[in-house]
Amino acid sequence: MYGLGVLKGMGVTLKHFMDTYIEDIQFLGKGKKTDAAFQIRQGSRARSLGLFTVEYPEEKIAVPERFRFIPFLVTNNLDDEENPGKDWCTSCGICPKVCPPQCIWIVRGTDPETGRPKPEPEEFHIDIDLCMNCGLCAEFCPFDAIKMDHDYELASYDRSGHHIFDKQRLSKEFRYWRSIAPTISAEEAEARGGWEHKDTLKEKAKAARAAKPTQESAES
Amino acid sequence: MAEKPVAEQAGVAAPDPVAEILAALSEQYPDAVQADTRKGYSGIVVRPEKLVEVATALRDQLGYDYLSSATAVDYLGKGDHLEMVYHVYRIRQGGPALVFKALTPRVSATLPSLISVWPGADLQEREAYDLMGIRFEGHPNLKRILLWEGFNGHPLRKDWKEAYYEQDQKPFDSRWPGGKVHRAEENNPYGRNVSYPDDFTLEGYTPPDENSIYAGLGMGVSMQELASPGLETERLIVNLGPHHPSTHGVFRMIVTLNGETIESLEPVMGYLHRNHEKIGERNTFIQNMPFTDRLDYISSMSNNFGYAMAVEKLLALGARYQPPPYRAEVIRVLMAEFTRVVNHLWAIGFLLNDLGAFFTPALYAIGERELILDFFEATAGSRLMCNYMRFGGVFKDLPERIQGIPLLTNDRVRNEPTMDFLDSLINERLPRAVDELDRYLTKSEIMITRCEGVGVLPPEMAIAYSTAGPVLRASGVPYDIRRSDPYSIYPELDFDVAVRYNGDIYDRYLIRLDEIRQSIRILKQLLPRLRETEGQPIISGTKAYSPRVPEGEAYGRVENPKGELGFYVISDGGQNAWRYHVRAPSYINLTALSEMCKGHKIADVVAVLGSIDIVLGETDR
Repeated sequence: MYGLGVLKGMGVTLKHFMDTYIEDIQFLGKGKKTDAAFQIRQGSRARSLGLFTVEYPEEKIAVPERFRFIPFLVTNNLDDEENPGKDWCTSCGICPKVCPPQCIWIVRGTDPETGRPKPEPEEFHIDIDLCMNCGLCAEFCPFDAIKMDHDYELASYDRSGHHIFDKQRLSKEFRYWRSIAPTISAEEAEARGGWEHKDTLKEKAKAARAAKPTQESAES
Repeated sequence: MAEKPVAEQAGVAAPDPVAEILAALSEQYPDAVQADTRKGYSGIVVRPEKLVEVATALRDQLGYDYLSSATAVDYLGKGDHLEMVYHVYRIRQGGPALVFKALTPRVSATLPSLISVWPGADLQEREAYDLMGIRFEGHPNLKRILLWEGFNGHPLRKDWKEAYYEQDQKPFDSRWPGGKVHRAEENNPYGRNVSYPDDFTLEGYTPPDENSIYAGLGMGVSMQELASPGLETERLIVNLGPHHPSTHGVFRMIVTLNGETIESLEPVMGYLHRNHEKIGERNTFIQNMPFTDRLDYISSMSNNFGYAMAVEKLLALGARYQPPPYRAEVIRVLMAEFTRVVNHLWAIGFLLNDLGAFFTPALYAIGERELILDFFEATAGSRLMCNYMRFGGVFKDLPERIQGIPLLTNDRVRNEPTMDFLDSLINERLPRAVDELDRYLTKSEIMITRCEGVGVLPPEMAIAYSTAGPVLRASGVPYDIRRSDPYSIYPELDFDVAVRYNGDIYDRYLIRLDEIRQSIRILKQLLPRLRETEGQPIISGTKAYSPRVPEGEAYGRVENPKGELGFYVISDGGQNAWRYHVRAPSYINLTALSEMCKGHKIADVVAVLGSIDIVLGETDR
């Protein structure tokens, strides 16, 4: 019969429509926008073919650990005992070299006494209008000092005044990185051999090595 | 199985056809052909005077009936000539490409057009003319295509500099160690970077009008004639587009109508042109990876795949090259096939939009896409711009769990083991979604009436016009690179090359459903391979941000959802590609658009365009 195909197709639409309400019944009283409901609605095992939409901003999908949006700089925690707030960046220059849109500007620090370069950035700028969120800087940083952020809600009223991030705006405590990427930061710490910065760990190991022979000689 | 070496994708295992072909050709044209003996190069160099004859012989006698890619290279400072590079294939037998080249001086820059041999050379030669300034004698419609008439210079030439030009190659010296931040747009864009013609003054300048576009329609109707009163004609020129980006992108078609029937059609593009290839030549090899995402942004994973393969072929010319480990190949194919599913769901959904069924079918079609993108996001870090493949492997192994980390207010968390997620997605949700789409649309009388017999592309024409992917296969040509010139682990996977025989819109819709089903079949075979290889390395060697890429040329091609995506990369041994060309299926498939539309009603044009499935990010590059 001519038109049967269209009718059957409409049946699919009707089923979708009904499914949406049938699915909602199970959330009656409990609310549709809870974590538990979200698991059911957005999980891979969701049975229903009802409405699939996430109602932003009343609910948002939490992003996974590897999500990348605008880099930030890792610093020591502000309550760190030895060097509170110290930059992890050593201004080695790998991130500006690998950055595809060339949105990273670093002024390498110089030691005021000797005039020689010292391993910390004097200025660090990222033009977030240029940044393409590729994550190569974080991937190739040998010091785990630049990481990709998760906060994607960065709308501002004025492009010219707010979209070049300076060092202060970019810097975030190490504890923040641990909170948004628990497994990755743990893997990195394991590779470094501790939770601190690579260089700090090296110095500590060196000090320990230096302390050990004197101890031994004292004993003998 | 796990320890089995991956099929040689570096092109080493394939028998070299060049010597054989060269012998056959030199018998006929003793002075016209010679082997390309430069280090890292292969193929045949043809004297320009004999180019058409040799090309005809290649097509008629030696069976190379499919021109895949035609592009130009500027060897400024390396011989100071321009070179046209052609990649041709045997579509019936399959097998690797035959490369042949023709040289021309930079100043005179003239070569014979091959449009008489392969009509598919049309848009590609226009692109080479536009961007590289080679004039093709015998081309019926040789004018700019991506840039506008009146543009000064040919931007892919090595001595052409863009506005805000900073330095020939990245990384720029101004970024480190004395990196004082500045905005490029605060500089004068028309500073010393831009050159004007000698007699040019900005005062009193009027941009050239669009008559040349209309003149190119080749129907003998001038604008003046149409505009003049009292002329009795039923012919009419209609401009379709440039469209709003939410349809297919900023694409424009100029059609000549006789009543409601289309007499000729001219695609106008370039509104999204950013000279991707020039950017690619400024980039270092690794820097270009995220830029490939932005070509066909629906299927960034397979774009990555093609580019990684091309550069790996170059790396393979060096001594210490190691092919990607097995698990990396499994993951690459997993991503590529997911991408195909995503792309075809998208294509079907938006074909229905083009037919006038606004957004209900499209939203049903792309529902499952969300879950696939969630998987991409958890693995690669981004939903669309994945930037996932690396030379010699992939960025990171699959995560253990698909898990959200709450940070913002109202964040809702999903938390599932990745393998369970994939398992239910591949075995339950995707097949169910395809079947539902099938039930929903295939038998619909409206769909059948609008699509059957419309936009027919016969097989000979599909081959001649260099169409690729679903467009080619819906015309009854079972050509799929995954089978005919296999790469990665496709040889060990069990799947069929989908083919349909009518070559109309309806078949191009059906073939996409078929291909999704075949992709699901492949995905099902990948699950046990993923489990078996768990914990194995995902990248060969050490990951370097500036790998040493040996001198030479390479052409890496993959069967992208939209057709053959090829990357022609030339390295001169430095950090950056000397030439980087993208053989974009969205672009080349449009060569046949005019032929498909002729004789149909104007309302069908958009449907035909939808059935080709283009993405303007790739078309315009």
